[in-house]
Amino acid sequence: MTGRIALSGIGKAYRQYRAPRDRLVEWISMGSIHRHRSRWALRDVSLELRPGEAVGVIGANGAGKSTLLKVITGTTRPTAGHLSVVGRVAALLELGIGFHADVSGRDNVLIAGQLLGFSTAEIAARMADIEAFAEIGEYLDMPLRTYSSGMHVRLAFSVATAIRPDVLIVDEALSVGDAYFQHKSFARIREFKAAGTTLLFVSHSAAIVKSICDRAIFLDDGLLVRDGSPDQVFDYYNALVASRTLRHEIATSDADGTRSGDRRASVENVALLSGGKPAGVVRSGAPATLRIRVRALAAVADLTVGFLIRDALGNDMFGTNTYHLQHRRFDLTQGAEFVCDFDIADLALGVGHYNISVALHSDMTHISGNYDWWDRALTFEVVPGRAPHSIGVVALDVTCRMAESAAQ
Amino acid sequence: MIGSLWTYRGYVRASVARELRLRYTGSALGALWQILSPLSMIAIYTIVFSGLMKARLEGVGDPYAYTIYVCSGLLAWTMFSEIVVRSQTMFLENANLLKKSSFPRSCVPAIIGSSALASFAIVYSVFLALLALSARWPGIVVVAALVPLLLLAFLGLAAGVFLGVVHVFFRDVGHVLAIALQVWFWLTPIVYPVHILPPSYAKWIGINPVTPIVQALQTIFVQHAWPDWTTLGYPAVLAIALGVLAATVFRRQAPWIVDEL
Repeated sequence: MTGRIALSGIGKAYRQYRAPRDRLVEWISMGSIHRHRSRWALRDVSLELRPGEAVGVIGANGAGKSTLLKVITGTTRPTAGHLSVVGRVAALLELGIGFHADVSGRDNVLIAGQLLGFSTAEIAARMADIEAFAEIGEYLDMPLRTYSSGMHVRLAFSVATAIRPDVLIVDEALSVGDAYFQHKSFARIREFKAAGTTLLFVSHSAAIVKSICDRAIFLDDGLLVRDGSPDQVFDYYNALVASRTLRHEIATSDADGTRSGDRRASVENVALLSGGKPAGVVRSGAPATLRIRVRALAAVADLTVGFLIRDALGNDMFGTNTYHLQHRRFDLTQGAEFVCDFDIADLALGVGHYNISVALHSDMTHISGNYDWWDRALTFEVVPGRAPHSIGVVALDVTCRMAESAAQ
Repeated sequence: MIGSLWTYRGYVRASVARELRLRYTGSALGALWQILSPLSMIAIYTIVFSGLMKARLEGVGDPYAYTIYVCSGLLAWTMFSEIVVRSQTMFLENANLLKKSSFPRSCVPAIIGSSALASFAIVYSVFLALLALSARWPGIVVVAALVPLLLLAFLGLAAGVFLGVVHVFFRDVGHVLAIALQVWFWLTPIVYPVHILPPSYAKWIGINPVTPIVQALQTIFVQHAWPDWTTLGYPAVLAIALGVLAATVFRRQAPWIVDEL
């Protein structure tokens, strides 16, 4: 079976009472007296998802994204409109729902699986797969309270996706956990999509939505205001966010980056140099150098060093690596250290906060061998440079010529 | 509602098993606590009423008759009040689960009812074993106890589900119930026999639907006789009526419960 979702004119209102007494009056009067105000979290949303389609849902906090997912998964009932969902729905509204801290991972898998509607036999048959995918080793038989949050996420995701659903609904749940497992879980989601699973995906990350979804919708104040390609919708969203100066709310200002990889080679230090000195603040349009110190903890062949600059919203600004720049690979002996300098002639970024992720891997992508992947290893700020005032995330070198045109 | 509950029977079973296991792991005496708590209550009532206040049951010579009398009522009442109290808060306690997962809502009362009955079965089997060991086994009439016990459990679940739904919308229910259960306990002839009451009060005790249920159990275990089935008609009718009311309220309000949590 393939999943299909159709919403027409869906509205969801939450009733608000000034005092509990007002509700009592309504109940006793059997609905003939109205004492509540309705707060509409969703208004007249119509949406259709064809089987195998992947749709990203974006919007500011409180725009109605979560309510939309709750309505589709059936945890809450719409106040208005018609909803039809065909196929088995799996919702990752929150990872680890139904888990209990004092019970072993294995028992939690059993109970959480049953909560998702799997039978005991179905879970038993897939226990080995779940164990293999989660990669938490002997922790599976230990109580959940001994788990790190990363292990918790691994186990929860493995159970929730143990059986391919017809419709998969994901609410930011994957933004937690280590980068290695994130990649792995996205690979599984892509597999599901390729096999025909319909996907609905809520995320603030433009990169994730753009890479997984064919389509995006933008919710604003309960209304579906844009429905189109992820690029178009994000452009609209970013413009709107910028104009509302919501940027600061979403910005992550300090480098609290997550790391993953097998550490056969390790990033010792990352610094952004401006005028030869490490700097947290760089002028727009000025030259800068990204210096990455690397140590090989084992013999490594085909080492590629890469970096990626993202803006505060998580949008990819620019990224490249030594493979693309030099078409040359490094081979390192165990214990070797080296410094890799990326000289940026002109840091053509607009004013704002940015972060840099660095990665050491083999080959041209991180898929075949991931040594060290450090998300948000460094945060820096771009301040106005010599160029005239401009807005936006890029600093284009613009001049202008004006001349009076001859009257027609 | 019943159909979807059947497909989730594995979840209900596993949840009950987990709950029972969690209740005792980590405590040194484990399942013994389940028995010690009613045992201490029974000891207190026996000492206070039988020992100090010299309450005696008419027409029964056995010095332990009063203890058995208290046991037959008190153990059943404990099960009843556990079901009512726990189902009254069940939606609030499982708020996150209900908000984030779309399993059949009827699983929640099913888990509470089953786990209360399971832990009650443990305590009751100890009670029955003690009766047998002390040569006070009531004989074949013991099977009759199932009827009042299941009736009481059903009454508790019906009341609990109704209160549980109302509690989501009106948080006053919790406070009212704590007081009401105290009063209700003393309005039920559990620690005292009805005949010690002045006739003008005894009449009112009959309005309490738990009274005939408890009296049926006392007849079985103290007199070793079959209960008068006709007396259970009134609580049965009331339980069914309350069950229908609870099921209706639950079905109508279940989709909106999540919005209030």
